[in-house]
Amino acid sequence: MNSAWIVVALVGVATIAFKAAGPVLIGRRSLPPHVQSVVDLLAPVMLIALVVTQTFGGDEEITVDARVAGVGAAVVAIWLRAHVIIAMAVAAAVTALVRLVA
Amino acid sequence: MGDPTDSQPRIRDGMRAALPLAPSPILFGLSYGVLADASGFGAVAAVVMSATTFAGAAQFASLSVLDAGGTVVAAVLAAVFLNARYAAISLTVASIFPGGKLRRLVESQAIVDESWALSGKRGRFEWPILVGAGMLFYVLWIGSTAAGTAIGGVLDDPNALGLDAAFAALFLAMAVPYLRERRARQAAALAAVITLALTPFAPIGVPLIVASAACLLGLRR
Repeated sequence: MNSAWIVVALVGVATIAFKAAGPVLIGRRSLPPHVQSVVDLLAPVMLIALVVTQTFGGDEEITVDARVAGVGAAVVAIWLRAHVIIAMAVAAAVTALVRLVA
Repeated sequence: MGDPTDSQPRIRDGMRAALPLAPSPILFGLSYGVLADASGFGAVAAVVMSATTFAGAAQFASLSVLDAGGTVVAAVLAAVFLNARYAAISLTVASIFPGGKLRRLVESQAIVDESWALSGKRGRFEWPILVGAGMLFYVLWIGSTAAGTAIGGVLDDPNALGLDAAFAALFLAMAVPYLRERRARQAAALAAVITLALTPFAPIGVPLIVASAACLLGLRR
């Protein structure tokens, strides 16, 4: 079908396999330390790359637009220890406001 | 006093332990459903993904890459790289799952960051807490995704509302706990530089995938 369903199928199968890897396949063994430290870094690396993509990403160009203001406001909210949902709402509201004015 | 539940928690103890965290999957599930439906991912696909992938960050990641106009390959890889951590997490609890392989396969799907963290709170990992908490989160996650898709249809242009920036805020908030470690900060900074440097030259989503190589900093001593 369309791209959404391909994503659903492939990500679903991979995630089910990741979660089952320990309990089904590995038993009581653990990952070699160097593999473990690479895997440990995957989540922060991907999350920050996503932040950059969502903030500055354009169609083969770096775009500085209303999103930067919204994400900047979210940075302040997160720094002030606001709940994630609040930070998301702040980002959306500030971005929408800048777009409305611009 | 001598009550066996003191030492042997049950599934329902896991559900009870997860209750204070319930607002989080509900709100995230709602927003995932809203965004998925509004961005054209499709309501049914979103609910099926919540039921099979059952991992918020990866679901939001693939959705945001597709929404930004990225390729299917980039959307899949971004989500798969994010969820690779579950292989490591599942190893830490590999020995607590009872029964045969099929049962362990099914019950291991209750592993999410929150259920895993709750299950290890008493100094050792406890299977009933992990499975009980995971089951509660699972039901809430699917239910709120479905509810979100029902609301989502009301929005015709989600990006006019700044939802693209909301994605960025979500990923940033999720990254913060990891960034307390120096190694993670260095790798994340490198990933940010790689992503920015490639953005003017590579199709949407590709910089993200190349940036994942920053995790190889973990090989350094």
